[in-house]
Amino acid sequence: MKILVCLKQVPHKDARLEASGGWIDEGGIKFEINQYDTYALEEALRIKDAGEAEVVVATIGPDRTSQALRTALGMGADRAIQIWDDSLSGADSLTIAKLLAAAAKDESFDLVLMGLMSDDANNSLTGPMLAELLGLPHTTGAMKIELSDGKAQVERELEGGSLQVVDLPLPCLITVQTGLNEVRYASLKGIMQAKKKPLDKKGISDLGLDAAAVASKVTVDKLYVPTKGEGAEILEGSAGEVAQQLVGKIKELGLL
Amino acid sequence: MDFSKDPELEQVRSEAEKLAAAFDDEYWSEHDEKHEFPWDFYNAFASRGWIGIVVPEKYGGAGLGVMHAATLLTSVAGSAGAMNAASSLHLSIWGMGPVIHHGSEEMKERYLPPTATGELHVSFGVTEDDAGTDTSRIRTFAAADGDDFVVNGKKVWNTKAQQAQKVLLLARTTPREECKRRFDGLTLFLADLDRAHCEIREIPKLGRNAVNSNELFIQDLPVSRSDVVGEVGRGFYHILDGLNPERITIAAEAVGIGRRALAVATRYAKERIVFDRPIGKNQAIAHPLADSSSELDAAELLWQKAAWTYDAREPVGGLANSAKLRAGEASFRACDRALQTLGGFGYAREYHVERYWRESRLMRLAPVSQEMALNYIAEHVLGLPRSY
Repeated sequence: MKILVCLKQVPHKDARLEASGGWIDEGGIKFEINQYDTYALEEALRIKDAGEAEVVVATIGPDRTSQALRTALGMGADRAIQIWDDSLSGADSLTIAKLLAAAAKDESFDLVLMGLMSDDANNSLTGPMLAELLGLPHTTGAMKIELSDGKAQVERELEGGSLQVVDLPLPCLITVQTGLNEVRYASLKGIMQAKKKPLDKKGISDLGLDAAAVASKVTVDKLYVPTKGEGAEILEGSAGEVAQQLVGKIKELGLL
Repeated sequence: MDFSKDPELEQVRSEAEKLAAAFDDEYWSEHDEKHEFPWDFYNAFASRGWIGIVVPEKYGGAGLGVMHAATLLTSVAGSAGAMNAASSLHLSIWGMGPVIHHGSEEMKERYLPPTATGELHVSFGVTEDDAGTDTSRIRTFAAADGDDFVVNGKKVWNTKAQQAQKVLLLARTTPREECKRRFDGLTLFLADLDRAHCEIREIPKLGRNAVNSNELFIQDLPVSRSDVVGEVGRGFYHILDGLNPERITIAAEAVGIGRRALAVATRYAKERIVFDRPIGKNQAIAHPLADSSSELDAAELLWQKAAWTYDAREPVGGLANSAKLRAGEASFRACDRALQTLGGFGYAREYHVERYWRESRLMRLAPVSQEMALNYIAEHVLGLPRSY
C-alpha cells in the first residue's frame, strides 16, 4: 500500500493577520499544518500502523513549508516532496492540483488523502481537481474510512448531521473532515528520525512541466479585513424577546 | 555569528508547545490547589520519549545536549503549567546527570533505560538546612558497614520525593575536619528511597504545589557499595558537572513563564476597555510590557549562548550564572507587571497570573539564590576577592 498525503502549511490559528495586497503579511507569523490535512495524515499513519504502507507527504510552498513536512516526517511519514518556484506565489487551486498530479503520476499511489479544505483559503477545490487530473474516483468530507479487498468504504458527513456511505475502488482520492480520528503528537524519537528521511525539493521543470502550463487563471485582487460598519445594533434578551424586537425593527423599517 | 533557526530545534519547540498546550490553565490550577502530581501531563511527555532527551542513545535516550533540553523546558514553562509543568519533567531529565557522567557501566545499564522512559523517579538529596549553600558542611553521614554503608541524617528541598523510588544522596563518608580540602570526603549514592528508613514530609510552600518539595529524615538507611556513584569521597565533584546545565535550564524555564505572563497581560491590555479605549493604549501599561519583552529577549539570548557554550564543551560558569541571574529577574518582573496590568483580576485566581507570579518568584531563589550567582560572577568573572 502506497499512500500520498497532500498537505498545506497555513498561518497558525492564533496568528494575528494583516492583509497586504493579495495575501497576508507573512513577517513574524507562525505557520502550522492545515488542520484538515493533519487528520488526513493521521489516517494514513493509522493505515501504516495497522499493516504495511509507505506514507509520502507532499506540499507546494516556499522554504518555510519544509517545516510542515518535517513535522509530518516526525509524526511517522516516510518521505516528503516539496514543490516550489517563486512564480507559484498566489497559485490557484488548479495550478496546485496540476503540480501535485505531475508529482504523483509516476508513483502509482493506492490512496491519496488530504483535508476537505484549507483553513486559510477555504476553497475545497484541490482534492477533486487532483482526482480528475489523475483519473481517480474520489469522495469528500470523510468521517470514517475502511479499507478492504481493494476498496475503500467511506462515511461522509452531509448537511444536518446525516451520514452517507460510499464505496470506491482503489486507487482513489479521499478528502477528510476534521474529527475523523485523534491526531497524534510526534515523539522525540520520531523527530530525531525525521532528519534522516528524504525530503525532495522539486521545481516546475523537475516535474516535466513548464511555467505557462501551470500559470494560474485566478488572480486575487485584494485581501482585506472588513471594517466594522456603523449603525449595527445588538439586540439583547432571551430568544423570544430578541425575536419580538427583531420583528418590531423589520416592521419599523418597512422591510416587509 | 549566525542566528538562523535550526530546523530540529524549531521542531522540538513546536512539538513541545503543542503537547503542553493540551493541558490548560484549569488542569494546572486544580493540580496546584490539590497538591497533585500531574501524572497525565508527565506521562504524555514520558511516553513520547521526551524524558530521555539527554540520556545517551546507547541507554535508550536521544543523546541531545543542553540546548535541546532547555528548548524543551522553556516551551513547557511557557505553557499553562509554568513551573509545575517544567519541574515535573526537569528533575527526571537532569537528576541522573551524575550517573550519566560518573556512574559505573553496570549502574548505567540498570538505571538509565528506565530514566529515559520516565519510569524511574529519582529525587535529589543534596541540600541540608544547617548547611545551605555551603555544601561542605552537610551532616548526613554514611558510615562504613563492612563493604556497604549505613546512612543517617536529614535533607531538605527534595523535589518529587513523594513519587521517587531512588534518591541521589550526598553524604559525608569522612568528617570535614579530617579532610585535606573541605569538599573532599563527600560521597554520592544512588540509594533506595526506602520508606522503612526514610520519612518524607512535604513542605507547604508559596507556589508550584503540584510538584512536592520535601524534608527527608533518614535513619539507618542501608546502601550498597554498588550504589556509590563514581568514587567514594569525590561525590561533591561529581555533582558539580550538573550545576551549570541546571542553571542554564532554569534560566530557560524562567524566560518561558515570563513570556506566558507577558502574553496574557498583552492580550488583556488589548481587550480591556476602560474610559472607552483599550488600556494598552496607555503608555503606563504599554511601556512596562514592552520593557519586559525586551528583558526576556535579552535573557533568552543569554541562556541560549550559555547552552551553546556548554554543548561546545567550553567553560560556561560565568555565562550560566549570568543567564540564571538575568532570567530570574526578567521573569519575575514580567509576571509582576502582568499582575499589575490585570489589576484586581491579576490577583484573582481566575486569570492564573497570580499562579505564574508565585512560581516565577522561585526562579530568584533556585537552584541558587541571585546573590550566590552574583558572588560567582564577582569572584570568577571579575576576579574580585571572595566575600565569604
